Amino acid sequence: MPVESVYPALEPLLPRVRKPIQYVGGEVGSVVKDWDDADVRWALCYPDAYEVGLPNQGIQILYEVLNERDGVLAERTYTVWPDLEALMRENGVPQFTVDAHRPVGAFDVLGVSFATEMAYTNLLTVLDLAGIPLFSSERTGAHPLVIAGGHAAFNPEPVADFLDVVVLGDGEQAVLAITDLIRDWKRAGQPGGRDGLLLRLATVAYVPRFYDVAYHLDGRISKVFPNRKGVPTTVSKYTVMDLDAWPYPRRPIVPVAETVHERYSVEIFRGCTRGCRFCQAGMITRPVRERSITTIGSMVADGVKASGFDEVGLLSLSSADHSEINEIAVDLADCYEGTNVGLSLPSTRVDAFNVTLANELSRNGRRSGLTFAPEGGSERMRKVINKMVTEEDLIRTVSTAYASGWRQVKLYFMCGLPTEADEDVLAIAQLAKKVIAAGREATGRRDIRCTVSIGGFVPKPHTPFQWAAQCAPEVVDARLRALGGALRADRGYGKAIGYRYHDGQPGIIEGLMSRGDRRVGGVILAAWRDGARFDGWGEHFSFERWQRCAGQALAGEPVDLAWYTTRERDYSEVLPWDHLDAGLDRDWLWQDWLDSIAPEGAGEVEDCRWTPCYECGVCPAMGTEIQVGPTGERLDGRRLLPVVGGR
Amino acid sequence: MAEPANTGPANTGRANTGRANTQPAATRPAVQHLVVRYAKRGKMRFASHRDVARAFERGVRRAGLPIAYSAGFTPHPKISYAGGAPTGVASEAEYLTLALTARQDETQVCRRLDAALPDGIDVIDVMEALTGSGGKASPQDRGGVAGLPPRADNSFGHLEASRWRVVLPGVEPAAAQQAVTGFLARGEAPVERLTDKGVRRLDARAAVIEMNVEMNVVQPGPAAAGPDGGERTVVTGDEDCAILRMVVLHTAPAVRPEDILTALREQAGLVPSSPPMTTRLAQGSRALLTGEGS
Repeated sequence: MPVESVYPALEPLLPRVRKPIQYVGGEVGSVVKDWDDADVRWALCYPDAYEVGLPNQGIQILYEVLNERDGVLAERTYTVWPDLEALMRENGVPQFTVDAHRPVGAFDVLGVSFATEMAYTNLLTVLDLAGIPLFSSERTGAHPLVIAGGHAAFNPEPVADFLDVVVLGDGEQAVLAITDLIRDWKRAGQPGGRDGLLLRLATVAYVPRFYDVAYHLDGRISKVFPNRKGVPTTVSKYTVMDLDAWPYPRRPIVPVAETVHERYSVEIFRGCTRGCRFCQAGMITRPVRERSITTIGSMVADGVKASGFDEVGLLSLSSADHSEINEIAVDLADCYEGTNVGLSLPSTRVDAFNVTLANELSRNGRRSGLTFAPEGGSERMRKVINKMVTEEDLIRTVSTAYASGWRQVKLYFMCGLPTEADEDVLAIAQLAKKVIAAGREATGRRDIRCTVSIGGFVPKPHTPFQWAAQCAPEVVDARLRALGGALRADRGYGKAIGYRYHDGQPGIIEGLMSRGDRRVGGVILAAWRDGARFDGWGEHFSFERWQRCAGQALAGEPVDLAWYTTRERDYSEVLPWDHLDAGLDRDWLWQDWLDSIAPEGAGEVEDCRWTPCYECGVCPAMGTEIQVGPTGERLDGRRLLPVVGGR
Repeated sequence: MAEPANTGPANTGRANTGRANTQPAATRPAVQHLVVRYAKRGKMRFASHRDVARAFERGVRRAGLPIAYSAGFTPHPKISYAGGAPTGVASEAEYLTLALTARQDETQVCRRLDAALPDGIDVIDVMEALTGSGGKASPQDRGGVAGLPPRADNSFGHLEASRWRVVLPGVEPAAAQQAVTGFLARGEAPVERLTDKGVRRLDARAAVIEMNVEMNVVQPGPAAAGPDGGERTVVTGDEDCAILRMVVLHTAPAVRPEDILTALREQAGLVPSSPPMTTRLAQGSRALLTGEGS
């Protein structure tokens, strides 16, 4: 049965909203397939504004992987801004995809990618506008399956009641496995109805409603257990083991509207074993799997040609760690020299080698700013988080950067880390001044700048800090104020140092949703009903609302906002995500937590790519292994280019 | 025609490493200026000037055209735009000029550029800009763009006025005719428009040289990707709709069709049932647009 486009109903509303172009689709690289030719149809949702959601790699990869298959159709949907939401409600226009403006409620699957917990209220907006009951338990065969993935889905418990299925880990193979199960179930005549399908899916993914949670009287979880046969007690993540076999996105979607990243991004490897204790991404994406230099080269060449982007980003959690990064940088820079295609490494460590790489990649021109993330202000703090950067390293690195012509260095830090004291944060001011002094010395100029950017730390599931007490927002704010004062105190430096910070209150709500359990779902629902939208956006976030709604929704429970956030957990407590397996050995995580807060000084964990395995547990548990080069291959510029040029 | 696009910035800020291709990538001079007439149709009528500009910058690269770049720290492709139709307004007559570092065949550029752009940003015609006295055949000779004598200096001063078509859903043609007659009889029609910089006062009447109501209109049916942005026609087919045509001078500050509609609303109570659909049909000299008749 064909599904009609909602565009005729939407179009008269568009002149009345801000930036209507974000709702019309039609981007180069987008795909509209015939509805009736597909037997499994996905609506892929990034639950934030189009300008943030469009560049998301995860969605672009899955969009292409699914659309390449015959009989499968995938379209995209994003959260509409409140101005359009109000008009859609007033005029009865449902949540739509931007590709063919089909109503989301007509699809088989609504796949939602959660990069951050702050998008949970946006999920509810999308469901509600799509006409999908908010609670999984209230949905019937007439509604799409609501499937979530992404990093935040490693603890989906706060939104478990709103989701039908949760996928942990890499999505490329998982979406195809799910597609096959859905198709088989449909062809078999939908045996067992929606529950029958969910039971099948429970063998390849997490189906929250097939698990019950029991609580102790004091509010802690006593156990999480399957409530029916054939459902596993723990659910494991997916790991794609050959990135060269999955070279996506190949045909990036090129927005007409302005978006937050205007570039073609290639993931050069996945996973990170640096072992930074705060970093959830580094823990849940193990092991390291490199994409080969030749695949990277052809993806860049094809992607730039297909998109017309003039910037290429080499993505990963720590891009300079690729075993052949030097060859990649030199060869790509050679290929694109003299063109107006820019290359960047968005994620770099504090290391002089990174400056060399950045110099190489910026041969073409723009040398505006370099970013480094020491994360901790004092050496002691950096040991606690296992981010082994000495002050010497940092000064040497920034000196090299300034000396090579970079005028601006950005430094990222966190506030509220475990064991942190005021002086650890104030140390950032000293560091920033040394950075400026070193830069002035290296260049003999006074127009160099550095920007200190700092935000509150939020403990995340599946990390050694999952047991830590989150720092109270008042403490974070007081330290941020003190740091601001210290940075401005010295006139000789004041103008050379920029200061950006995020206050502590949103971090507490992020903390609530990061480490929350199913009871937090009530808070999210209450906040959404109270008007919470786009909580990741400062101008939309209301701490007062969240506090009030948490108070109301948790009124009958022995737990509250502080219990979820500023309370330290102990070893024996069942954590809401303990039944979800990222492969990390819980005892290893616990020991790493103890090592980090050891009174005699934190213990260091090296990177297992270069030192013996320290038994985090991932490889044996998941049947995976580290995959790194070098391959010894090089890129041939003549084969890759010209990209820009006449014929 | 092989022409590597060695159009990098003047100063790479990098020491000579002795590798091949290390000569400073000096900005290549433009040897050809092409005037592009393009349309903004269908869903793409919602693109802003900046959106359209980004699409062209990428389209030019996807098409592999040897575009010239500006000199300086952040080189930009040399594309100059005539004042674009506002966000939400469709157009059959938008103009821009491309500066190329190697001569290209206009028909080829037209085809390649159109293929490289999103559907709805459609290249209609490409012609060589007149370069001083040694210019090539004028577009009029080729039966090209209405009244457009493009020049290589990238100024679009010859685009003196635009012809607009405005569909007013839910408005009876007779009522529209009455409003138009009243409007044309006035000496002035002061209106206000809210801009980012506050309230702007304009005389909507002064800019209008011609205005009439299209007769025997209602033709419901699939106007798929017609100049009006298409699919709405299907919806509005059931109800009355009046269609205005007008020729409006490009004044400073600019009087937009929406300002004229404001005047019609305020003075004659002309209120469409849903937002009007406006299309720019042509741009050119005043004489040409008025002489064109309908």
